Amino acid sequence: MSSATTMLGRNFKHTLRNPVAVFNGAIFPIVLMLMFVYVLGGAYDIPGNYVDYITPGMIILTVCYGLSGTALAVNSDMTKGIINRFKVMDISRSAVLSAHVAASMLRSLIAIAVLIGVALIMGFRPAASFPDWLGVIGLLVLVTFATSWITVALGLAAKTPESAGLISVPLVMLPFLSSAIVPADTMAAGVKQFADYQPFTPIIETLRGLLDGTPSGGDAVVAIAWCAGIALVGYVWSLSTFKKRA
Amino acid sequence: MAAGPPIVVRMTSSAITASGLRKAYKDKVVLDGIDLDVAPGTIFSLLGPNGAGKTTTVNVLTTLMKADAGTVRIAGHDVATDTKAVRAAIGVTGQFAAVDELLTGRENLKLMADLKRLGASEGKRVVADLLERFDLTESADKMSATYSGGMRRKLDLAMTLVGKPRIIFLDEPTTGLDPRSRRTMWDIIRRLVADDGVTIFLTTQYLDEADRLADRIAVLDGGRIVAQGTPAELKRQIPGSHVRLRFAGDAELDAALRLLANATRDDEDDLVLRVPSDGGARSVRTLLAQLDTESIEVEEFSVHTPDLDDVFLALTGRTSEKVNAS
Repeated sequence: MSSATTMLGRNFKHTLRNPVAVFNGAIFPIVLMLMFVYVLGGAYDIPGNYVDYITPGMIILTVCYGLSGTALAVNSDMTKGIINRFKVMDISRSAVLSAHVAASMLRSLIAIAVLIGVALIMGFRPAASFPDWLGVIGLLVLVTFATSWITVALGLAAKTPESAGLISVPLVMLPFLSSAIVPADTMAAGVKQFADYQPFTPIIETLRGLLDGTPSGGDAVVAIAWCAGIALVGYVWSLSTFKKRA
Repeated sequence: MAAGPPIVVRMTSSAITASGLRKAYKDKVVLDGIDLDVAPGTIFSLLGPNGAGKTTTVNVLTTLMKADAGTVRIAGHDVATDTKAVRAAIGVTGQFAAVDELLTGRENLKLMADLKRLGASEGKRVVADLLERFDLTESADKMSATYSGGMRRKLDLAMTLVGKPRIIFLDEPTTGLDPRSRRTMWDIIRRLVADDGVTIFLTTQYLDEADRLADRIAVLDGGRIVAQGTPAELKRQIPGSHVRLRFAGDAELDAALRLLANATRDDEDDLVLRVPSDGGARSVRTLLAQLDTESIEVEEFSVHTPDLDDVFLALTGRTSEKVNAS
């Protein structure tokens, strides 16, 4: 366990020293939120306060924006030869990989905290009770855990850092094709169908319900099932790719 | 040239032994039956051109890769069945500096100390010692991405030394370094053996490097060891160094040939004579003075010392260039 925490410290130091990662992970989602609320939001016909509607969506978008940094970090470890040093030192692959997952989760959760702070300043008024907040935290831990594992797998599978940077783009696009920014009902028929069945819609709806103080059990079950499935695929895929490559 | 150890009957067991190592990628054979035996406290050099299988050998010896056949024992432990014990005994510096570019030199070393579980105060002391020893104290708190190639290699080697491994593998430790950094690296390697008594296994494509550092050299070509011995033993198989003299015409060449008893004609160039020589200033001066007194004009003059190509020519009948091309 001690080597995993040492590696986590290393990975986190990397983040703080990489301005691009800090911008993508923490600042860009805030810029997007400001744009949606103050520039585009006026044109949307959404009942109630738009900040209240979009904040849950932006939370998930923040998770996804942070993932490109994770894919890059994992890939550069593999391609720059430092992985051989760790292997010869008998650092287990689970220590190397779980440190990346933990760093990725930590980055996301900090970025989310900052985003919620900005949302509150912008007039976000969640109606969540204390147990609802616990649910929010639990769900976010689960979502970041699952998306981090799948991203670690993608980063391991990428041949070069360039392709690792590109590989997270679909993950960034997915929330846009969900109910994150506007309700799925308003989308074109094909897109709406996709939005209804992709993982981020139930996740965002669960989050929205919890923050709204009106949690919906059905969405929550689907959201948790998606997260568990994504995490499992990411975990198994990561380990097998790591074994093959290194 | 490093002074060889006195010839004694070794009672201690070898630091590294390998027998019958084979490795193939798909249908391309990379290692074709490698046998090695390295005595503790010596420098062993694996010499060969690019693509000869040097890195693959290092990877197999250091547990990074499994051989298709053959056995390896490092510090008495079997690589296949006792991987953990092997890893505890060795340090490896790969061909491409494996330093963490987003960490400072000090942080890189601290990372190694933490991973080796040295403890806070012990770790701090080891890191400070290594920075001092490798002359990196001044840049210790700069990001290692800003280091020069030579500094990076030094940091890389320093990282390998955290935890005091008894057997150190260096894969082409000076490739791409400028002459001054090469010399520094050679000094460091020699001191490691002299002061700490570690065993060093190094690969190189430079004959002079193997010559200056190694107690024993094995020449690797196409996945086989084509020669093995002390530098002196190997050099006996290589054509010696000589001076090449180029003349303006046949008259001068004939005159020189009469004057210099040990000169021979060059196979490829009609106007060139080869004169065996150690290439030193004194002997060259004597040679030129001899020609001068007879007023024989030399148009071009060069000293030729044996290099890897000569070793290859002598051992395999072809040059390393051809090995690279095939």
